[in-house]
Amino acid sequence: MTETRQPARYTEYHPRWYRSRVSTWWWLAQWPYLKFILREISSVFVAWFVVVLLLQIRALSRGSEAYAAFERWLQNPLIVLLNMITLFFVVFHAVTWFNVAPRAMAIRFRGKRVPDFWIVGANYAAWAAVSLVLAWFLVRS
Amino acid sequence: MAETISLEVFRYSPERDAEPSFQRYDVPLRKDWVVLDALNYIKDKVDGSLTFRWSCRMGICGSCGMMVNGEPKLTCATFLSNYAREQGPLRVQPLRYFPVIRDLVVEITDFMTKLQSVKPWLIRGKEKPISEGEYLQTPEQLDRYKQFSMCINCVLCYSACPVYGLDPVFIGPAAIALAQRYNMDSRDEGAHERMDILAQHEGIWGCTFVGECTKVCPKHVDPAGAIQQYKLTATIERFKSFLMPRGAK
Repeated sequence: MTETRQPARYTEYHPRWYRSRVSTWWWLAQWPYLKFILREISSVFVAWFVVVLLLQIRALSRGSEAYAAFERWLQNPLIVLLNMITLFFVVFHAVTWFNVAPRAMAIRFRGKRVPDFWIVGANYAAWAAVSLVLAWFLVRS
Repeated sequence: MAETISLEVFRYSPERDAEPSFQRYDVPLRKDWVVLDALNYIKDKVDGSLTFRWSCRMGICGSCGMMVNGEPKLTCATFLSNYAREQGPLRVQPLRYFPVIRDLVVEITDFMTKLQSVKPWLIRGKEKPISEGEYLQTPEQLDRYKQFSMCINCVLCYSACPVYGLDPVFIGPAAIALAQRYNMDSRDEGAHERMDILAQHEGIWGCTFVGECTKVCPKHVDPAGAIQQYKLTATIERFKSFLMPRGAK
């Protein structure tokens, strides 16, 4: 058998073939593609929440006055609006992530593949459990 | 009852046309007809010059893939009646992201080269003599790769993949799924050879997990799953070779 070690390559140009260009706006053509792009963009908002958390920790380390200033900054209507949009994207990111988890996780139990439902369910259950623990901490204090 | 359905078919003649165009045909709307039946009706009764590929008309040869109303479909498994209520004619175009040779026929050498590059066959370090009998496999071992072995090379997944459209060096969904079909086979020993091709940027890491390849697959192969699972395998292997430079291979 012939060894084909050459890397994958693009089919060479042929003058008589018709080739269409991919539009810059390809992601607007179909809802699944738009959803994919929104999901990719959501990473920017996830990063924003990380920045907010870091700022919060910095304010906390600088004492109660700095923390009060941080809280006032959080109450700025623009920041509230930005954080609401961010929350939407973070939830969107999490939900779509949980829903695709079974594609990446091929877990086998007693020789059979664990059904998608259980993998998605386990992800949501873990999310709920962590949220409950956090809520308990917040309510307690 | 509307007895006919209109089709708007992509036409391109390399000898005559500088640009492709659409031609409209009216065909009988029969409950048991698929898009391929309509195309055959056009070719037999209306316009013999219409060119398209087909063979088995039962979803196993993988040659009649086309874009039907913008979605990659096997035309032998896409019923006209599903589109009868839609506004406007049914649009039939050649599979997206491939060069068009004529009308609905696309050039798939690119896919064939990529498929071969992942070595989609059983690789053995050492063949055992025939006298020792066949390589046995349990139903469980078969089950690990069976889903990926259902691929019929219809390349609908490539037409669903914007990564392939934008970056044609990407090895693509079907080739990676078929590489996994052999990687997961208990009789195969070629996983390391395939890794050189798969674990590069043009391989699995080109995939951004749009997931449409899995949705359009007529054989439920789940190429997106195969790619994500292989990303995990490749990452584990990379860490192994990092921690145990000699022991891993």
